[in-house]
Amino acid sequence: MIDNNQLLRFTTAGSVDDGKSTLIGRLLYDSKSIFEDQLEAIEKTSKKKGHEGVDLALFTDGLRDEREQGITIDVAYRYFTTPKRKFIIADTPGHVEYTRNMVTGASTANAAIILVDARHGVIEQTRRHAFIASLLQIPHILVCINKMDLVNYSEDAYNKVIDQFEEFSSKLLVKDVRFIPISALEGDNVVNRSTNMEWYQGAPLLHTLETVHISSDVNKIDARFPVQTVLRPQNDSHRDYRGYAGRVASGVLRTGDEVTVLPSGFTSKIKSIDTFDGALEEAFAPMSISISLEDDIDVSRGNMIVRSNNKPEVVQDIEVMLCWLNKTSSKPREKYTIYHTSNSETAMIKELIYKIDMKTLERNTNDDTLNMNDICKVKIRTTKPLMIDSYRENRTTGSIILVNDSTNETVAAGMIV
Amino acid sequence: MSKYYLNYLDELESEAIFVLREVCAQFQNPVILFSGGKDSIVVTHLARKAFYPAKIPFSLMHVDTGHNFPETIQFRDDLIKNLGLNLIVGSVQESIDEGRVAEEKGKSATRNALQTTTLLDAIESNKVDCAIGGGRRDEEKARAKERFFSHRDDFGQWDPKNQRPELWNIFNGKHFEGEHFRVFPISNWTEMDVWNYIERENLSIPSLYFAHERQVVWRNDSWIPYSEFLTLEPDENIENKKIRFRTLGDITITGGIESEADTLKKIVDEVSTMRQTERGNRTDDKRSETAMEDRKRQGYF
Repeated sequence: MIDNNQLLRFTTAGSVDDGKSTLIGRLLYDSKSIFEDQLEAIEKTSKKKGHEGVDLALFTDGLRDEREQGITIDVAYRYFTTPKRKFIIADTPGHVEYTRNMVTGASTANAAIILVDARHGVIEQTRRHAFIASLLQIPHILVCINKMDLVNYSEDAYNKVIDQFEEFSSKLLVKDVRFIPISALEGDNVVNRSTNMEWYQGAPLLHTLETVHISSDVNKIDARFPVQTVLRPQNDSHRDYRGYAGRVASGVLRTGDEVTVLPSGFTSKIKSIDTFDGALEEAFAPMSISISLEDDIDVSRGNMIVRSNNKPEVVQDIEVMLCWLNKTSSKPREKYTIYHTSNSETAMIKELIYKIDMKTLERNTNDDTLNMNDICKVKIRTTKPLMIDSYRENRTTGSIILVNDSTNETVAAGMIV
Repeated sequence: MSKYYLNYLDELESEAIFVLREVCAQFQNPVILFSGGKDSIVVTHLARKAFYPAKIPFSLMHVDTGHNFPETIQFRDDLIKNLGLNLIVGSVQESIDEGRVAEEKGKSATRNALQTTTLLDAIESNKVDCAIGGGRRDEEKARAKERFFSHRDDFGQWDPKNQRPELWNIFNGKHFEGEHFRVFPISNWTEMDVWNYIERENLSIPSLYFAHERQVVWRNDSWIPYSEFLTLEPDENIENKKIRFRTLGDITITGGIESEADTLKKIVDEVSTMRQTERGNRTDDKRSETAMEDRKRQGYF
């Protein structure tokens, strides 16, 4: 295993009909990530169901209810490794009523695979997937035009999908889009280069996943360090040590840096950056470290340590793109607990500015109820200030969730505008 | 330093440390569920890293079925002593003696399912609000949908349809009195990652993981260690084999594989060429297609 191998998280959105399960099965199978006993179990089930050969889609079969109803209820995580990278797949169902699962899967992804059936081209669901991928700021979008075997591997069919996609995606905020013609069923351009599509000059899907540049996906400019907990060992070797433990949310921190603790505004210098494996000169996102400061100032969970010359906004009023995740609907004026980095405060939804019609992706200003799977732009006021960046700049300090205090459930996820 | 990205193992480590620190901040009385197996050893090591130079702020909890490998218990006691931690033991034997559960009967009787009652009793009587486990999503299909922070109701039960959505790295551990959470810091690790990490960190693990000579019986397609708890069938023979274990559970259900791997390096090499899943040698998972899902719903690990 090479030391520099990185971890790439990607999400796959699509329904059974798009061949999503078959594609994941193909990736796992062709990259030799499936064990013999798993294969035997699948072969047995395939035979029982009367399928010819092995039904690759069965690899992603989940819970009993799902198998009985032939649907996917929830996000499932799957893993495979190649000599170049380790991969985590967030496998999400793609129906309209599962927007919340797609948002969940997309929240941590570096890349999104959007499946398009070559026979049908871009459909409503494709637009919805692309919209969510852009809303969640997934850095890389891989549009896989699947079932090329059913359109005689025609370059025209491929080009038609690109035209359709670009027609509407120019309005979305996506940085990196690639189009790959594949057949998940036959294995064309998934792991191995297809011999049926000589006209396609690009790389197969797996090679793209292995090589796409992800080091820049995390913000390395704005140093943000939300404090999770304070370490006070009080043992003989560390009698007076006071370490602020946390994970660097973005940017780079170095010993000697002039820092400000928010929201108090106290300033100090970084005395040391410590880990179990020794002290460091510098630390960057997403490293888990602990920091000690030169001055004895009051720092606790929920505070944020930042470089003094580059601060986030400290505000109580925020505008958020909110995805409602709960069966219980809501309206403006309802109160919740807002979770933001290591902070939690009481918050109120002040105003619903507009709702996105998930069928047309147009704004609707005539509806002020938040229902499950709705995506809305809202104004939120918090009882105490939060240290925020826009989600577009920073996926960690720009994201929030809302928790209902009477049920303790997570009811919404939001991206700060 | 020239590069500003982490390799996959450092990123997994950092993620797990983040999760463990959230547990410390969000719960009153967390414990690490410690089985003596490699996954719980890795979790305990990660907890050391998360709170260094302070001590791990959690107790370890062990559910003792009474059918343990003696090596596992020795390893557990040594570790507790070295780290200066508190150990809570939930005893399945006591649950049986108190009439809380009944011993299974017959050839394939195990105490595996009985553990759930003992575990939930120990969680309740010690007022534990968070039990940290070494479960991984790659282990089994029911676990593929598990959250990092997994909510359990008053009865300690898991409802897969009613889990809290988990986005970014924001974890919601809010709960009512009497409820608890299971937290899985190494959710995103695979068996291979765990072994690569154990090798890299040079962690000490029970000798059972290394190839050794042992008396075994061929049953359910794997080598079950011979012990006083095992009743032989007429057609079964005790044999001497060089084996090692890929997972550790009760001595009655954990099957070994024939192996020559007697160093960490050799184990890593062996695991990387393995063509069977690690739980394939666990008879508890072979009972039915949904064996793990059913046990999880009831409150199993």
